[in-house]
Amino acid sequence: MRLFTHNMLSSNIKGVANGFPLRIEVEQVLEKQVDFNPDFLKNLFPKLEWKALVDAARTMGYAELPEEADSLMLESEEFLRKFHHALLELHLEEGALVCPETGRKFPVNKGIPNMLLHEDEVPDLACNQVLCPTICERYGKVD
Amino acid sequence: MKLKQLESMLGELQQFSNPKVELEQYPTGPHIASRMLYAAENSFGDVSNKVVADFGCGCGTLGAAASLMGAEQVIGIDIDSQSLEIASLNAEDLELDINFIQCDIRNLVWRGPIVDTVVMNPPFGTRRKGADMDFLSAALKIAFQAVYSLHKTSTREHVKKAALRDFGASSAEVLCELRFDVPQLYKFHKKREVDVAVDLWRFAPKTNQGNST
Repeated sequence: MRLFTHNMLSSNIKGVANGFPLRIEVEQVLEKQVDFNPDFLKNLFPKLEWKALVDAARTMGYAELPEEADSLMLESEEFLRKFHHALLELHLEEGALVCPETGRKFPVNKGIPNMLLHEDEVPDLACNQVLCPTICERYGKVD
Repeated sequence: MKLKQLESMLGELQQFSNPKVELEQYPTGPHIASRMLYAAENSFGDVSNKVVADFGCGCGTLGAAASLMGAEQVIGIDIDSQSLEIASLNAEDLELDINFIQCDIRNLVWRGPIVDTVVMNPPFGTRRKGADMDFLSAALKIAFQAVYSLHKTSTREHVKKAALRDFGASSAEVLCELRFDVPQLYKFHKKREVDVAVDLWRFAPKTNQGNST
């Protein structure tokens, strides 16, 4: 699992109001090189939660990202390279994602996070709970 | 990439070894998958350099097709761990770099609008009523630009109404009608092979029509 994926996933347990970001428990981290695409990073940047990326990268042993970032920094290739590495090249191969509210662990095996819920954790209105502000803003209130 | 080349590469992929009827696991054939992604890219520009999610990815055919058509990041999501295992192997075989998540689409919670395009061959809802609509509803919440999906032609009016009225789509368009060959996978299939008429749809979510031509 890349930190790209981690930056979108939220805990989906019934009753959890703020399930983002999931805490990371590391057993094994892999690094896999991928092609550097500055335009993709620039497009993605405004959609990311920077702080969550910085913290997650640090948990995975990479502490080179600045605590805060703004769009002006996207002009610097050095910054983009670090951003690229943290977002796309670090993989949580084995470990877990932990719900920030309940402490419930979602295991990550062979790089695949398992977000399946137990029956008593499934929200009554599937899909409609815990819509984050960005989604609400875009889609309006979903009934 | 040429359509023919895409179709033949997808034809190499491993399919379900032990399909689960309750999940309506039918493989998406290389013919349909290649045309779906080819249209999405060449007619609408919804694939290359985009983030594409494959909902109910099964063995990962549509996600692989998206990746071959130049998607920057592909995310395959499925409830079934055996499918995801096959999908990972398929991706490896084609040297594609695909992200996988095990999750029930109905319970998927996404933080923000990162996914541009959703592609899917959802369960048609013949075993569990409404399964197809659960997928469509979730896809239209998550996709920023477009949703491509297959639905039985017999449900065309229903799909259109649900998308526009209930799920907030700003457009719902049938791109073409296809024959979906359902091979005799399950014991309850009486004929060797059944042809089902399916529509290939393109939906645009609410506030963004996408970059359609």
